[in-house]
Amino acid sequence: MSRSPVSPRSPPAVSRTRFGAGRMWPLWEWLFRIAPPSWSEYVLRHWSGRKVVIAIPWVWLGLFFLVPFLIVFKISFSEVRIAMPPYAPLIEWLGDQALQLRLNLANYTFLLTDDLYVSSYLYSIKVAAVSSLWCLAIGYPMAYAMARCTQTWRNLFLLLVMLPSFTSFLLRVYAWIGLLKNNGVINNVLMALGVINEPITMMQTDFAVYVGIVYSYLPFMILPLYNNLEKHDPALLEAAADLGARPVTTFLRITLPLSLDGIVAGLLLVFIPAVGEFVIPSLLGRTDQLMIGRVLTDEFFSNRDWPVASAVAIVMLLLLVLPIMIFQRYQTRELERRR
Amino acid sequence: MNEVQAANGRAPAPGLAREYVRVDRVTKKFGDFVAVDDVTLTIGQGEIFCLLGGSGCGKTTLLRMLAGFETPSAGAIFIDGQDMAGIPPYERPANMMFQSYALFPHMTVAGNVAFGLEQERLAKAEITRRVGEILDLVKMAPYTKRKPHQLSGGQRQRVALARALVKRPKLLLLDEPLGALDKKLREQTQFELLGIQERLGVTFVVVTHDQEEAMTLATRIGVMDRGKIVQVGTPTEIYEYPASRFVADFIGSVNMFEGRLVEDEPDHVRIESGELGGTVYVDHGISAAPEATVWTAIRPEKINIGRERPEGPDNAVRGVVKEIAYMGDISVFLVRIDSGRMVRVSRPNIVRQADDRISWDETVYLSWHASSPIVLTQ
Repeated sequence: MSRSPVSPRSPPAVSRTRFGAGRMWPLWEWLFRIAPPSWSEYVLRHWSGRKVVIAIPWVWLGLFFLVPFLIVFKISFSEVRIAMPPYAPLIEWLGDQALQLRLNLANYTFLLTDDLYVSSYLYSIKVAAVSSLWCLAIGYPMAYAMARCTQTWRNLFLLLVMLPSFTSFLLRVYAWIGLLKNNGVINNVLMALGVINEPITMMQTDFAVYVGIVYSYLPFMILPLYNNLEKHDPALLEAAADLGARPVTTFLRITLPLSLDGIVAGLLLVFIPAVGEFVIPSLLGRTDQLMIGRVLTDEFFSNRDWPVASAVAIVMLLLLVLPIMIFQRYQTRELERRR
Repeated sequence: MNEVQAANGRAPAPGLAREYVRVDRVTKKFGDFVAVDDVTLTIGQGEIFCLLGGSGCGKTTLLRMLAGFETPSAGAIFIDGQDMAGIPPYERPANMMFQSYALFPHMTVAGNVAFGLEQERLAKAEITRRVGEILDLVKMAPYTKRKPHQLSGGQRQRVALARALVKRPKLLLLDEPLGALDKKLREQTQFELLGIQERLGVTFVVVTHDQEEAMTLATRIGVMDRGKIVQVGTPTEIYEYPASRFVADFIGSVNMFEGRLVEDEPDHVRIESGELGGTVYVDHGISAAPEATVWTAIRPEKINIGRERPEGPDNAVRGVVKEIAYMGDISVFLVRIDSGRMVRVSRPNIVRQADDRISWDETVYLSWHASSPIVLTQ
């Protein structure tokens, strides 16, 4: 195999000669041609279709996340006012050649002074954390079993996991009321069987909220876990067994550590939306202890206090930034490992 | 063939070795598909036994049954006299080196190697000592802290070997151990494997589709085809005395001619072959019915090529050189003989530059010694 040495670098996409005689350049190329060569070459070489593809989600995020976030952020610093819109502008032209910027911090200090907000935040985080762990406890065995069965069964189970999402979320939560209420299905069956004499109160309890959240968010735990577990090389398990590890040891030392990324992804996919959950605690939950999502809607729609509602939302976002950042880090790590 | 024998450098004496593994009429079915078909086999202690065959011939399935990852549908496997039925992989005295190496990606090199010893609940110091020892042996000591994905293919292979050997198994199962390595590294590793095997006295069962690998490593080779063992023998036996057309064709290259037995004496036979366009005289007797259809197989390196017609009526045909492949150590000639068949001849390049080298389109005579043809009846 004797090959003449070839330079490993391909020639640059654009040659340095400008304005080739008699050739018609496309307009955009012509524009680049009159720019300084280093600059135009850089753009031509690097501003590829790849960049455009990457730009699409960024534009999307900018339009539908960053801009609304900035608007909410702005409102959180204004004062409430009975008007349309129901808050005072931040920047006012005073006429006397003065521009006034009023940042009202009272909305934030108010959150700290009123017990309701702090306890709602803490309660929301507790409910979300406990629900995430329950989802993990229930979802892991399911994902594990799915990853271990044959292709046909896998597809069937995947479909079954996703099937409930085909019906309305609200309907499914309402269905739980029918199951959990005092004269609901569960209590009626238990009473008919003689297990209990009087109905167990399940509605308007923490239990009902946990049931609702775990039920609704379970697919978000199963899917990333399954996605991770399914990629495990079965030869690793055989290798562990071959080296003398019993099945339990193999699980604890091989499968579990290798699925850590999936576990973190699943936990956060449940935890993050569960913190701000509004529908489930409103329909099934306690009335004496609100979750922060409920507080938010109440402030917004009942009190029509947009500035305080915005402050509540901003603080919630800040509380979630940490887990979101952890999630991001694991996502990146997962992607890097697969490369 | 001589080089290979020299490389083996050991007396193949399987009859003397103590029986260590016995595969007794083992069959494995996957649904309707028979992967391993009624295989009986004994492997002696300290042997390097190669299961050789094409893909799908059942060699890996047989190996996996030895490791305990598959259960035989019928028959029994004995390791060191103990029936392996119902004994899970983690309780067998065998360790396996996987084709993909199956290194634990989340553990370092040292972690991977220590894993097996940790299962034996040895003391920490003992584990560290043995891990260090074995990594020295496979020359991976400088890389103990690396993760598998930071290693090259050859390094991973060494770690996989170390991980299997550190448990000091009596039986080491190797699934295509050198498949992922390039040729140079493979040859080097083959000799290292032999060295390690000699030092530790472990019984090796190697699965491979690479006949060169089997030839270099094995004390005995079991050739498999469609779930059956078709021949067991030393590399020399398999190469020089193949039992069937399949084996002759699978191991090395061969020129095969169908023919008819016209003279059948105890000390010689003569075969008339239309495909060859001549007769073949073989200087030993064979057991076949007179007038039976037989196949004559002649290895390319056992055929002489020359411009003069050799004396005698047998064992010579005329042809025209169609292709010459210069491979450095040997040259391979493809000659179209008068009957129309292409015949492969290989000649060592003993002289650096011959003046009257045989060239394209030259008319040549091919001949061979009367002891060279292999006569096959199946």
